[in-house]
Amino acid sequence: MTAARPDLVPVPYRVAARTARTPDTADLVLDPVADALPPFAPGQFAMVYAFGVGDIPLSLSAQDGHRLTHTIRAVGAVSRALHGLWPGTTVGVRGPFGIGWEPPAVEGTDLLVVAGGLGLAPLRPLVRAVLAARPRYGRVAVLIGTRTPGDLLCTQDIEDWRAAGARVEVTVDRPDNAWQGDVGVVTDLLDRAEFAPRNAAAFLCGPEVMMRATARELVRRGLAPDRIQLSLERTMHCGTGHCGHCQLGPLLLCRDGPVVSWSHAEPLLLVREL
Amino acid sequence: MTADRPDFFGALPPAHRDRLRTLAREVSFPAELRIFDEGGPADRFWVIRSGTVALDVYEPGRGAAVVETLGDGELLGWSWLFEPYHWHLGARTRAPVTAYEFDAEQVRGAIDADPAFGLAVTRCVAAVAIGRRLRAARLRLLDLYGAPGREPWTGAAGAAP
Ligand SMILES: Cc1cc2nc3c(=O)[nH]c(=O)nc-3n(C[C@H](O)[C@H](O)[C@H](O)COP(=O)(O)OP(=O)(O)OC[C@H]3O[C@@H](n4cnc5c(N)ncnc54)[C@H](O)[C@@H]3O)c2cc1C
Ligand code: FES
Repeated sequence: MTAARPDLVPVPYRVAARTARTPDTADLVLDPVADALPPFAPGQFAMVYAFGVGDIPLSLSAQDGHRLTHTIRAVGAVSRALHGLWPGTTVGVRGPFGIGWEPPAVEGTDLLVVAGGLGLAPLRPLVRAVLAARPRYGRVAVLIGTRTPGDLLCTQDIEDWRAAGARVEVTVDRPDNAWQGDVGVVTDLLDRAEFAPRNAAAFLCGPEVMMRATARELVRRGLAPDRIQLSLERTMHCGTGHCGHCQLGPLLLCRDGPVVSWSHAEPLLLVREL
Repeated sequence: MTADRPDFFGALPPAHRDRLRTLAREVSFPAELRIFDEGGPADRFWVIRSGTVALDVYEPGRGAAVVETLGDGELLGWSWLFEPYHWHLGARTRAPVTAYEFDAEQVRGAIDADPAFGLAVTRCVAAVAIGRRLRAARLRLLDLYGAPGREPWTGAAGAAP
């Protein structure tokens, strides 16, 4: 059954599994205790409540029926509390919130998915959905930038995506001696991807500086700004468009985002303190 | 390389590109070959056709630390264009590489003899290799993927404001 007001009242979910991905990042798999939230579209997010500590916005990194997976990096009080939970613990979840990724309607479009660091997590459901409908699209490239080889998330997914027909390239900022792959920023990987700029769409998620650099480079290579989507992060509180915490100029990112097009985002991101 | 992918030659106006190509010879290198060493004479340069080359810096106790990799269509080496014509980094192939190789003295001679050609090549090296790589290096200095509040690269907690 679906919960009554899942946008306002946290719905109890139990931690079914926890998998450490990197030293500060773990996947939490959540099952509903009773009522479940409505399905999430790729790119939408939940407000996840660590009881007694607080709640934070977290994108969905996978969804399997009513089972939700979040990839959580411990950076502060709430994310640390959630990151440290063990199977059997209960959390509260509200959602789904926001506007997610919008794959192009035109068949045969080349797709570029560009992820930096933890930004791979919100893009995971998109890549899975795209590859499940692989014949609808042209060339699919997933370009991943990460800090060190040990920080790379989703290593099994990467193999699966390659097997499913995507070109997946990874570059690291800081290699170790065993790393045989690329070294450099993720924008350099655009040289490795094959796409027709006038018939391509791009999806970016990662640190804002990385997304700005990537979007500009894509525009320079001929992609239309409205065919570049990026997921933006601002502090969030209510998730329902009421408190104003997540405001970016005229947008409330919990309601009008987090995914927005570069044509909308660029002028807003150029204004400091927005 | 595909028509969809910009490369070093693609960034040159066609007439100058054709001229530069006449100065090239095709070469291939096996994997794990040291192409040049930091401090060595920058008497040649390459445009990679296929394969990957790692640029490195020698660090005592650590060996060759890779700072960047270059692939299809990219320019390998720009120290040949500016005095004192010595490599700032070392280069080693990762996978087998095919490339166009240029004799630096010959290209510098052509640049000096034909200012329009010289300007086009210098602009291209500045924009494609130096400008782009400088922007990339600056982004990496920010340590974007590091945890908030940590010092770049050391991983140590940052000082309280
Ligand atoms: C739509 C959306 C989706 C998100 N999805 C995920 C996700 O899937 N996984 C995940 O781990 N995190 C995600 N985040 C970020 C997460 O919400 C924040 O890390 C969290 O709110 C921090 O709260 P805290 O109490 O743990 O830390 P705080 O005490 O609030 O902050 C601790 C430190 O982290 C910094 N910080 C706070 N928020 C962010 C942020 N968004 N990005 C970078 N640094 C930040 C602060 O400046 C401070 O230095 C998402 C954010 C948004 C808006
Ligand atoms: S989080 Fe409250 S308005 Fe967006």
